[in-house]
Amino acid sequence: MRWIGSLFGFLSGSVRDLTPIVLVIALFQLAVLRQPFPDLGGVLIGLVFVLFGLAFFVRGLELGLFPLGESMAHAFARKGSLGWLLSFSFALGFGTTVAEPALIAISEEASEVAAGAGAIVDTAAAREGYAFGLRITVALAVGVALVIGVVRILTGWPIHLMIAGGYLLVVIMTSFAPEEIIGIAYDSGGVTTSTITVPLVAALGVGLASSIEGRNPVLDGFGLIAFASLTPIAFVLLYGMLI
Amino acid sequence: MRLLADFIRTLAETVSDVLPIVAILAAFQLFVLRRALPNPTRLLQGLAFVMAGLVLFLMGLEEAVFPVGKAMASQLTAPEVLRAADGPGSGTIDPLAYFWVYAFAFAIGFSTTIAEPALIAVSLKAEELSAGAINAWGLRIAVAIGVAIGISLGAFRIVVGAPLHHFIGVGYALVVAQTLFAPRLIVPLAYDSGGVTTSTVTVPLVAALGLGLAESIPGRSPLIDGFGLIAFASLFPMITVMTYAQASQWRASRSRARASDPEDRLASEEDRP
Repeated sequence: MRWIGSLFGFLSGSVRDLTPIVLVIALFQLAVLRQPFPDLGGVLIGLVFVLFGLAFFVRGLELGLFPLGESMAHAFARKGSLGWLLSFSFALGFGTTVAEPALIAISEEASEVAAGAGAIVDTAAAREGYAFGLRITVALAVGVALVIGVVRILTGWPIHLMIAGGYLLVVIMTSFAPEEIIGIAYDSGGVTTSTITVPLVAALGVGLASSIEGRNPVLDGFGLIAFASLTPIAFVLLYGMLI
Repeated sequence: MRLLADFIRTLAETVSDVLPIVAILAAFQLFVLRRALPNPTRLLQGLAFVMAGLVLFLMGLEEAVFPVGKAMASQLTAPEVLRAADGPGSGTIDPLAYFWVYAFAFAIGFSTTIAEPALIAVSLKAEELSAGAINAWGLRIAVAIGVAIGISLGAFRIVVGAPLHHFIGVGYALVVAQTLFAPRLIVPLAYDSGGVTTSTVTVPLVAALGLGLAESIPGRSPLIDGFGLIAFASLFPMITVMTYAQASQWRASRSRARASDPEDRLASEEDRP
């Protein structure tokens, strides 16, 4: 009997997290569109998968991803080499972004937009080159973002001035950028940060802030992801202007 | 049999997604830090849980949530449904007639954000570090409301065809203004919440909604107008999270003022006629 209780405890958080989405889909399907579910059995099996998946993921965060990010941050702080810390940050940002499936999808769509707008020649090779260039641009942007964010944690520069300045730059750049790149640029800020990168980067920031004297983990540890959502916009706008 | 094939495909995709991260971590760990991490078995167990969890989660989403959600997005934005919403015979688009589209955008934005694993991670961390001063559940609800507002407003923008940068410009101005007044502790977290919200669950459903709308409405190009919903979904959580922090700070300071000055309160009650 005891394992039923612990299984329930393991899953209860995920049940709560998933209830809204189940309610919304059921409500719209049955009340607004007035249609039965096409494959109810498959949907129910899928929900069980989602439930267990979320429960395992959250448990794994606490056991693995958070401690890993934090202990690596502590180890870098102990080592005291700024060069290695910054190259690690850049590699983490660039490496996790360049292979991100959402980014690959969005850059392929973007290359079609660019070809349609006449910014590039409408051939498969030109589109492929454009999409690849865009992916590299966004990955560079995220790498640079983590470097800037880590430098901020080390120096304690005020985040709001940096972010506000960044957005001001983005707004100014928007008025010079070609029309068709704007939507893609703004979206690329949001898609870059994946489910595994976010906890790892958050743990890195928090670990650094807590191992440096005079830094508050909440005040200085968060904010890395904010830079990683901002720089891709500026970099992609620039890419659109240059090409 | 199909489930097994799905499982293998999703596992392969997740592994190839995670591989670069593992390679970078391992390279720096082995060649630069060269110091053993504490509790390696526990770490490995945790990473295996994360991988297994993500694979199950993605498979389940593909099976249960995405087909239904995408079908609903395309049904709600089908030209016949939208035309009927305009009323018979009217050639123009009345943006307010699309009530169900906005309602769906709001509901799907809210509910997918609550289920977003990356947001769960960040809010757990924030609650732990702030010793409970930041409530994980409150933060997640604030972010979810922000995404909901963002996506329904983004759908409205696609319907009326207004330029994206006007909305974004006003939104950023609001964020900057709020930053000046919000409690300092919440500001970095609020900025982060913008990027955190849009990942595994939200993006595919929202993209389906945006593309469906842009395809159905005459004069909109799916390639140009279909983009931009994610940008809205990343912008508005910053605003709602700071609003939430301001509201809870205001409430806390009010109840503190009451609790700490009982005489004051009594005096003011006695003053009353």
